[in-house]
Amino acid sequence: MATVARSNQPDAAPAEGADRRERPLVKRHRLSTRIWHWINALTVFLMLMSGLMIFNAHPRLYWGQYGANFDQAWLEIGSTADAGFLRVGSLRVATTGVLGYRARADGSVNRRAFPGWATIPSDYSLSAGRRWHLAFAWVLALGLIAYWIASLINRHAWRDLLPRPAELAPRHLWQEIKDHARLRFPTGAAALNYNTLQKLSYFGVVFVLLPLLVLTGLAMSPGMDAAWSWLIDLSGGRQSARSIHFICAMGIAAFILVHLIMVVLAGPVNEIRSMITGRYRLPAEREPRP
Amino acid sequence: MITRRTLLAGSAASLLAGCDKLTDSDSFRGILRSAEGLTMRAQRLVSDRQALAREFGQADISPIFRSNGTSMPASEAYRLLAAGAFTDWRLAVDGLVRRPLSLSIDQIRRMPRQTQITRHDCVEGWSAIGKWTGVPLHLILDAAGLRQEARYIVFHCADTFGDRPYYESIDLIDAFHPQTILAWALNDRYLQIPNGAPLRLRVERQLGYKQAKYLMRIEARDSLAGLWDGKGGFWEDSNDYEWYAGI
Repeated sequence: MATVARSNQPDAAPAEGADRRERPLVKRHRLSTRIWHWINALTVFLMLMSGLMIFNAHPRLYWGQYGANFDQAWLEIGSTADAGFLRVGSLRVATTGVLGYRARADGSVNRRAFPGWATIPSDYSLSAGRRWHLAFAWVLALGLIAYWIASLINRHAWRDLLPRPAELAPRHLWQEIKDHARLRFPTGAAALNYNTLQKLSYFGVVFVLLPLLVLTGLAMSPGMDAAWSWLIDLSGGRQSARSIHFICAMGIAAFILVHLIMVVLAGPVNEIRSMITGRYRLPAEREPRP
Repeated sequence: MITRRTLLAGSAASLLAGCDKLTDSDSFRGILRSAEGLTMRAQRLVSDRQALAREFGQADISPIFRSNGTSMPASEAYRLLAAGAFTDWRLAVDGLVRRPLSLSIDQIRRMPRQTQITRHDCVEGWSAIGKWTGVPLHLILDAAGLRQEARYIVFHCADTFGDRPYYESIDLIDAFHPQTILAWALNDRYLQIPNGAPLRLRVERQLGYKQAKYLMRIEARDSLAGLWDGKGGFWEDSNDYEWYAGI
């Protein structure tokens, strides 16, 4: 069976009409990648939103082993009589209407840190948020481990995700950043490989953010801290673990945002098809500049 | 016209509404709940039965050990006990035991004591480190002589929420854990009322709501069924918190 289905139809676009361009449909994503992607597409949303519910129970973050209401928080979402705020260190930002304070249509006020549209469930329930979070944590962690094993065996991790030294050279990185900012995405066969920024972000998510989320999540568990006391030392204390967990979760949220924007900019139909069927139509070569 | 934006907002809203529906559905809640058993078995699988919670140094103690939940039980009976410095208070140890006990706070304070500086982790997310002194629970259970059928130790408390008293329960693995104590002192002072005077449970590998305060009675049982809603604790019954609070 051919893995590359060639379509030799002339491209509709070129007006000057000279060349027939090949835009073959090629195999791009492995089955393991596709399955994991779609499981995570759901799981990560559930984890983020149930996690925000859990955060709402005590919307303050600390560094170190302990931290409670009388201790110094480095991050806090709260409210005054008539306004919401986010405080990070000594920086205080008004967030009325979004974080910490929302006036409802009936005149009442919701003072929860994150609003109902961002949490699971939407009405405050720490216990229900925990049920969701601690159930889907299994899906996230086992999926991550399975994907690691698969991508170590099929060498996906080293071949496609790990940036090569030359790609990390400042000149190269800077060129890619400029291309990205101008939305000049790779075309033709070059589009099959991840560019360095993609590699860095995918590698960072798969091998840094997600494992850190799992480990700091475990480090918050008093049972696991007794079983594996290195979890406490690794994270610098349970409250540091909670802070790192939150920061990594925000990192994942930022990744998803950029990821979705890039999918839309790069051609959502082609990108989404490639993640469902595995097949991707190579973008046409760019016209050489006059 | 349906724009991409309204489509996205619409699907996000329906996803959220769907999650709320699932949260309220008993059968789906059952699926989510099954993770609790999985977590407990997995944690027990990877931990030694005797694995100890981290003990900290004097310098690590929280400046203020905040109180949570009840800070003063409402009953007249408790108020009178507190007014008498708990000299009339007795801890009942009964249920599936061969020798039911009734212990005064002085008797308990004269038993072999153990001091540990440990971290208290509230389910809400905060932690406080305190120095607890008390009697190992296994000494009391051994003195009472657990019967063969005993599987759970239930802690009945003096504080109430509405018409229900606070209670908690643990299994024998945690009951006989070397750090499980009945604490009568916090940070070198007799336990104060906001922290559970005169006696509270410390079960150091679980979350704060398991650390029952204002203990009145310890009961050995073969099952948690038949006790209030049968889920083994006040918060477990009333709000569907996990009975196994190791995470």
